[in-house]
Amino acid sequence: MEYHASLQLTTPGSRYSARQKAGLALIGVGVLALLVMLVGNGALNPALTMGVGISGFLLGSGLLFADLLQQPPGVNNNGVWFSGATARGMAGWIMGIVFTGFYIILYWAPSNLEQLVRGTDALSIALRGRPADQWFLYGLFYTLAILIMGARMLIKYRDNRYQILRTISVMFFQLGLAFIIPSLLLLLNEPEFYFSYFWPLKYDYLWPSTFSSLTQGPGLGIFLLFWTAVMTFVATPVLTYFYGKRWYCSWVCGCGGLAETAGDPFRHLSDKSTKAWKVERWMVHSVLVFVVVTTLTLWINSWTGGGILGGLSQEFSRLYGFFIGLIFAGVIGVGFYPIMGSRVWCRFGCPMAAILGLLQKYLSRFRITTNGGQCISCGNCSTYCEMGIDVRWYAQRGQNIVRASCVGCGMCATVCPRGVLRLENGSMKARYNGPVLIHHNDVSVQLDEAWQRERPLMPSVQEDLPILTDKDLGSPPVL
Amino acid sequence: MAQHIVIIGNGVAGITAARFVRKLSTNRITVVSSETDHFYARTALMYIYMGHMRYRETKPYEDHFWAHNKIDLVRGYATQIDTQNKIVRIADGVDIAYDALLLATGSKSNQFGWPGQDLPGVQGLYGMQDLALMERNTRGISRGVVVGGGLIGIEMAEMLHARHIPVTFLVREKSYMDYLLPEEESALINDEIVAHGIDLRLGTELKSIIGQDRASAVETNLGGRIDCQFVGLTAGVHPNIDIARASGINTNKGILVNEFFETNVQDVYAAGDCAEFNADDIGSRRVEQLWYTGRAHGKTVAYTLCGHRTPYRRGVFFNSAKFFTIEYQTYGEVPAQPGPHIRSQLFRQGRTLLRVNSDRKTGRVLGFNTMGLRIRQDQCEAWIRGGTPVEQVLKSLAKVRFDSEFQSRKIYHQAAVSSN
Repeated sequence: MEYHASLQLTTPGSRYSARQKAGLALIGVGVLALLVMLVGNGALNPALTMGVGISGFLLGSGLLFADLLQQPPGVNNNGVWFSGATARGMAGWIMGIVFTGFYIILYWAPSNLEQLVRGTDALSIALRGRPADQWFLYGLFYTLAILIMGARMLIKYRDNRYQILRTISVMFFQLGLAFIIPSLLLLLNEPEFYFSYFWPLKYDYLWPSTFSSLTQGPGLGIFLLFWTAVMTFVATPVLTYFYGKRWYCSWVCGCGGLAETAGDPFRHLSDKSTKAWKVERWMVHSVLVFVVVTTLTLWINSWTGGGILGGLSQEFSRLYGFFIGLIFAGVIGVGFYPIMGSRVWCRFGCPMAAILGLLQKYLSRFRITTNGGQCISCGNCSTYCEMGIDVRWYAQRGQNIVRASCVGCGMCATVCPRGVLRLENGSMKARYNGPVLIHHNDVSVQLDEAWQRERPLMPSVQEDLPILTDKDLGSPPVL
Repeated sequence: MAQHIVIIGNGVAGITAARFVRKLSTNRITVVSSETDHFYARTALMYIYMGHMRYRETKPYEDHFWAHNKIDLVRGYATQIDTQNKIVRIADGVDIAYDALLLATGSKSNQFGWPGQDLPGVQGLYGMQDLALMERNTRGISRGVVVGGGLIGIEMAEMLHARHIPVTFLVREKSYMDYLLPEEESALINDEIVAHGIDLRLGTELKSIIGQDRASAVETNLGGRIDCQFVGLTAGVHPNIDIARASGINTNKGILVNEFFETNVQDVYAAGDCAEFNADDIGSRRVEQLWYTGRAHGKTVAYTLCGHRTPYRRGVFFNSAKFFTIEYQTYGEVPAQPGPHIRSQLFRQGRTLLRVNSDRKTGRVLGFNTMGLRIRQDQCEAWIRGGTPVEQVLKSLAKVRFDSEFQSRKIYHQAAVSSN
């Protein structure tokens, strides 16, 4: 039976306070200012109009979030599945089209954004010593989105220190390492370098072209190469061993930062089916193979002076940049937030996530542990997992969750109404604990061995639902 | 030889039994339910109404799980059992023959003969049909009254509140759930209810419901009258024993079973909310109506259904709840009024609370209550079973807390210091 009642309606009885109305009005003014810049004839002062637009968003959001502060702290996902914006209703689809369309224009018809770009000239000259281009505009919008929606996260989860620290972290890394420092590097005539992105997410950082440009140029080039190599080959496996892939995906990464802040209202839209899991594993590892092969062919080509694989390597890198770098990571990755959830790229496409995932699964202390038999199978954990992990499947069996895709956002533990889930970096020993449910001993499984041996068990069933033995149980750890 | 095991009820007891019968045997399994096509988590009903989840998110297993594991599902209402010929009668449906039958029919909401209790706009909350009814009953209303200070009552108050419907909450007791919770825990929840803007009326009982063609007000024992268009009756539940009574199976409050979940009729078993243990040897609680006990019943009876007769044994008691935003966990022996043999140590820090009970004479730990904290069940059980000295427990609590990383440890330090 599907439950139809009141879907897609506004929450019955919901009312907007005066402050919320004022906030919405200011956001409306902000949208209008940006719209005028997009389609107007440029008669208005671009810097001023951009200033009005951004201020509208900042102040308007501030007023809306101030209202959240009036509510008692604690998890509040009321009406998430009733609102058209967050439940693939009309507003959701419109947003999906607008976001996707914005990326298409940004990549393939940026001249249409001319007035918007001019509106950021003043800031660009101040920061970078040169006029803006569409990438500066994009970086500015991206950073503002993380900061504004990050503020919303800080209020929404204000009684959970893990969520607070994690959100401050992604806001810091975006603003500092992915916006201000690259701009200042340009100002100082150094290469525009992003210290928070590594190969293979930033795929060209290990390509021969980057090496040659960094080694030939003056200044910081050699240091930047050193940074890339150390982060990719040393820091990544070491940090992942101790903390899991979350050290990057939900604390540092810019894509993750946007997903965790601007994407938070859409996190429940990820597909939780085992079918989606299967598709995910094929896709994300295929992209990993693609980027490794591309990188290798480029290097072979470079070492052989273009003798072998010359045309092929160029073709590979062109295809990778177009399909993965632009279409997948950009257009689909963010454009589809309101339709497929906030982590479409991270889950199905990101090769960095694939590497971190393999490390997390086989060479890491990170796991999500479950608290005995306290799970009530309600499904909040699975629903709010942005990576589409069916967390409940494990929790209700009392089994630790060790999954390659988990980015460690901690939301499953945050929304759990019974205190069942906890992110931990314990010893590797008891990491895979098998399904253990407290009170198993009480149900008395002293089955005689002969009975167990002769037990007629259907193979497919055994695979799905492993029989618990006393060996699985172990004894409860006692200090 | 493979048997046909028929289970009536697809709640957690019936479904857990079905899953474990499948783990243990190749028996044919049929689960009959009149409520829903598939198993869903009854505990999540409130979240559907509040918009946190839809029905489909509350289903713990994907729909293909059942066919894949060869568990047949029948949607229908079982009216009667022909225990002679071993046949279950289905209303407007095909009769089902069984070799072994498990009744897992759950509970029904209590009604205490209040005047007006059958008026439209008055209802309990137990199943999916109740939720659909509540959706209709609460549309466009300006106030709801919830009667009964239990878990479902506070959940219903939170549900209405989430839909911006003003709520009056009538609680018979002097303080919320003071029959289960010690004074301080109970007071904390009172504050939490009021902080959410609920009109909480403690020590107040429903006298009657007034209305012509639907409820329009309630009268309380204190003489007050509250205008409302919806009345939620949440004064507990009782075992659903209709089918057993109609089929000559012994019942009292619930369907009477022994510690093997066997009824007085050969090959008919009952487990979960609907069962009542017919002897005190199982412990003092004859009817158990928790999610956790339903799951444990289902698992245990599965062994018996598969030919390995296994008695039900309770472990160290545990339970949990969430009262608005305050999580609650309890392990072991934490009575509302501690007897003279119990030493009860209470620690508080902001909106969090930790209580550790121990034996006054021996100093061994007996039980834990937490509010706004999470502690590990396996560890608490091990301590209680092992009779660990309470000083040692208080010193070690910080190491075994289950709170999110970076959450404050102050309360555990407070506990550790107190043990010196």
